[in-house]
Amino acid sequence: MTTKTLKASVAGSAFAPALFAVVLGLGIITLTGHVQASALHDAAHDVRHATGFPCH
Amino acid sequence: MTPLTMCATRPASPATKTMFSRILTSALFAGAAAGLIAALLQLVFVQPVLLHAELYETGELVHFGGEAISAHPDLPRMFAEPVRDILSIVFTMLTYTGYALVMVALMMMAEGQGHAITARVGILWGIAGFITVHFAPGLSLAPEVPGVAAADVGARQIWWTATVAAAGVAMWLIAFGGNLISIVIAAALLLAPHLIGAPEPDTFAGTVPTEIGALFAARAFGIGMAAWVLLGAFAGHFWQSEGARAEA
Repeated sequence: MTTKTLKASVAGSAFAPALFAVVLGLGIITLTGHVQASALHDAAHDVRHATGFPCH
Repeated sequence: MTPLTMCATRPASPATKTMFSRILTSALFAGAAAGLIAALLQLVFVQPVLLHAELYETGELVHFGGEAISAHPDLPRMFAEPVRDILSIVFTMLTYTGYALVMVALMMMAEGQGHAITARVGILWGIAGFITVHFAPGLSLAPEVPGVAAADVGARQIWWTATVAAAGVAMWLIAFGGNLISIVIAAALLLAPHLIGAPEPDTFAGTVPTEIGALFAARAFGIGMAAWVLLGAFAGHFWQSEGARAEA
């Protein structure tokens, strides 16, 4: 019983941080890998090629 | 029992704050470390191939002309363009930190379902991550050197994103599905994007010798796999050590 409650508590306290981390992570990847604004594209150019993102 | 349950429903409970810092700290450490190593490996093994390709992209070198072209032209020395290389290092570290944030959040979900997360298990996570974001899309959209013909970048980005999403779900099903149906669905998710097909150029216009293009793709995959294995192992390690620190 106690274990179950503890698990539920951990799951509850973990959801918001996990969601936040996923959104932040995907946001960073979109910026470094996909956004075509020329300043970003030029700065990330070599990385996009080397990391397998579609570049230009 | 009651205080624990209440604690879980309150938005910024101490447990939530601890989780926040544990996720962010382990992802930042893992992403920065794996990203730095990946960037250095890329500078040594991938960048010279890319710079070589750019000589053909810009027309400075032309092959299949009248005369034989040396396969060993004078390439710029490493760090000849420091700003460009430093930007590459920063963006590689950022990219792997982004991956780490997603991976650590998923690791936490898996741990919540009773799967142990350690540095050793992290190696498997890393391989799964490499397959998801690098190899699965790269199987049909091969890592490309500058100067090759390719379809519209927007169309390729949509295909890339859909393929990565499908491969990610497939990897999770293979790892944690635990039954035959999961494996069958995973196989379908892995195959479908390639059966549908990636956006392809209408005509070929590549100026870069195929030898350079092939070496670039192989190097990009190889360094990518090394970086991802490190990222998984680091993420597992820091997730565990940050957890131990939080409990202490």
